[in-house]
Amino acid sequence: MEINIQPLVPEIIMAVLALLLLLLELFVRRKETVGLLCIASVTVAAYYMPQSFGKAFGGMFISDGYSVFFKFLFFINLILTVLLSIRYIVIERVNHGEYYALMMLSTLGMMIMASAGDLIVLYLGLELMALSTYILAGFIRHDIRSNEAALKYFLLGAFSSAILLYGITMIYGRTGTTGIALIGAALAEGTVDPVLLLSVTALLVALGFKIALAPFHMWAPDAYEGAPTSVTAFMSVGPKAAGFAALGRVFLTGFGPLTGEWSVILIVLSVLTMAVGNILAIQQQNIKRMLAYSSVAHAGYAVIGVIAAGAEGLSSMMNYLFIYALMNIGAFAVVITLRSEGFQGESLHDYKGLSRTHPVAAAVMLVFMFSLTGIPPTAGFIGKFYIFKAAVAAGYAWLAVVAVVFSVISAFFYLRVVMYMYMHEPEGEPLTLSLSPAIGLALLITTVMVLIVGIYPSPFLAFARIAAG
Amino acid sequence: MVELFFGYLAGAVVVLSLLVVFSRNAVHSVLWMLLMFLHMAGLYLLLNAEFLAATQVIVYAGAILVLFLFVIMLLNITEEMRLEQFTVGWPMGVSVSLGVLIAMLAALSGFRTDLKGPWSIEAVERTTHTKALGKVLYTEYMLPFEIASLVLLVAIVGAVYLAKKRLR
Repeated sequence: MEINIQPLVPEIIMAVLALLLLLLELFVRRKETVGLLCIASVTVAAYYMPQSFGKAFGGMFISDGYSVFFKFLFFINLILTVLLSIRYIVIERVNHGEYYALMMLSTLGMMIMASAGDLIVLYLGLELMALSTYILAGFIRHDIRSNEAALKYFLLGAFSSAILLYGITMIYGRTGTTGIALIGAALAEGTVDPVLLLSVTALLVALGFKIALAPFHMWAPDAYEGAPTSVTAFMSVGPKAAGFAALGRVFLTGFGPLTGEWSVILIVLSVLTMAVGNILAIQQQNIKRMLAYSSVAHAGYAVIGVIAAGAEGLSSMMNYLFIYALMNIGAFAVVITLRSEGFQGESLHDYKGLSRTHPVAAAVMLVFMFSLTGIPPTAGFIGKFYIFKAAVAAGYAWLAVVAVVFSVISAFFYLRVVMYMYMHEPEGEPLTLSLSPAIGLALLITTVMVLIVGIYPSPFLAFARIAAG
Repeated sequence: MVELFFGYLAGAVVVLSLLVVFSRNAVHSVLWMLLMFLHMAGLYLLLNAEFLAATQVIVYAGAILVLFLFVIMLLNITEEMRLEQFTVGWPMGVSVSLGVLIAMLAALSGFRTDLKGPWSIEAVERTTHTKALGKVLYTEYMLPFEIASLVLLVAIVGAVYLAKKRLR
């Protein structure tokens, strides 16, 4: 049997370099070097990406525009979070090299999920991603909140994996295959029966857990609040985007013939998610918890792209996730700068009067909060605009209206941060920001990108549209 | 004859699973689970899957349950047994499980037995299960097999990190 590994080259490079990093970590005294090597490894993998198009292992692994777009998103996520981490994990006193290797392996799991053409590969990719993230969530071993976050994330994640496997066995029992494209072909002629509906529901619940759709979002606030802030930034973007990549492929290709059935469930989940995320975020006093609920709400918006289906719906969803990655990591970067030796900096009140003491940090936070709300000329507006446009084009105008209403509600808690920064006097001792060149670079990239995409979005939109096919 | 065996094994698995859940003493739970795993191995044998049956006994009944027992012995179970239940989810839990059960029963009609793949019962009997599984695992399912090895590696790295690094 001839094996064509060309499509897998970026994944193989990631795996090999992650393992090398794990070994090197033993000999390198300065762990910052490991972080920089991690970024270098990602660049090497990204370099080989354009030549990777094709299918391997009998269609089990598919490298197409769709997966490549998501893989670049994962790379951006990894590079930015590594930049955030370099100084932060020193402050938290967990400056160990395994941190970077685990982030790479988690990203590798996401890449496999985005490229999976078979449900078994999808499941294993998901486990690789999730297992690494559980460990990262509990990385600060001496902090009880980090332990709690890891344990909750692990238990609920394991539970959702079991549901995913249940769904896979049922679809296998019904169609006799686990290949996503083959499932689509098998369902094209058949009729809808209860076992299919049950399988669709199980897969929806399991992936819903991963992207934190309400009512499967219970783990998110606790896990996001307790995990190290850099890991929160990582896992609020990466695993969520990977879940969306899997959702798009499985439901549009595999369960395409059942669109009428699953889109009804997804619409209910989407509205519920936007409601729960936005309304519960209002009463949060901890900024990490607030951003956790906000990330739940953003999953609700992005799901509208999957409901709208077709190339336009998919590309609006991909575009939204790309913009969400930039603004969300940017916001977490500001949160991280407030954390310094002996000071948590996680309460909303810590932001009071930030514009007087640290005008640049406040201005940057302002951009991200505007973008998360969806105010032009920031990228968040463009993301929401194209999601809503796709929804209207697909005949779900009322859903777009509901989403706009919830966006308006979200302005309350995003702009409250801005109000605290600009309209309050500083309280207590003056803040010292823990800045480093790396985090400065991350802030620069995210701010500039959020503004560029907001003002001149066409190249990015075109990229997503070509990728969605 | 086969039906009789299947009926016994399936019934025993259901009853034993209930005993696992309802035992107040965690050690008893684990021992019921051991019995349940052995009955499941019997079910695999009925399906011509002797390799899976052996793995079930060696890995699950052998290795994993010993690990369970280890962990339980580290806890103070006499105290745990006296603890009041601290989650109040009984009615909710029962109704959800009943709902899932009804959905599963309704779904039974959808399963099909007429699907024909390359590995029919005769083909598996001819090559023997172990050989057939090995063939498929190392050719067709090579990629999942390799990914699984990475998953295990991450588990090891995580276990070593979380258990070994000194707390500071």
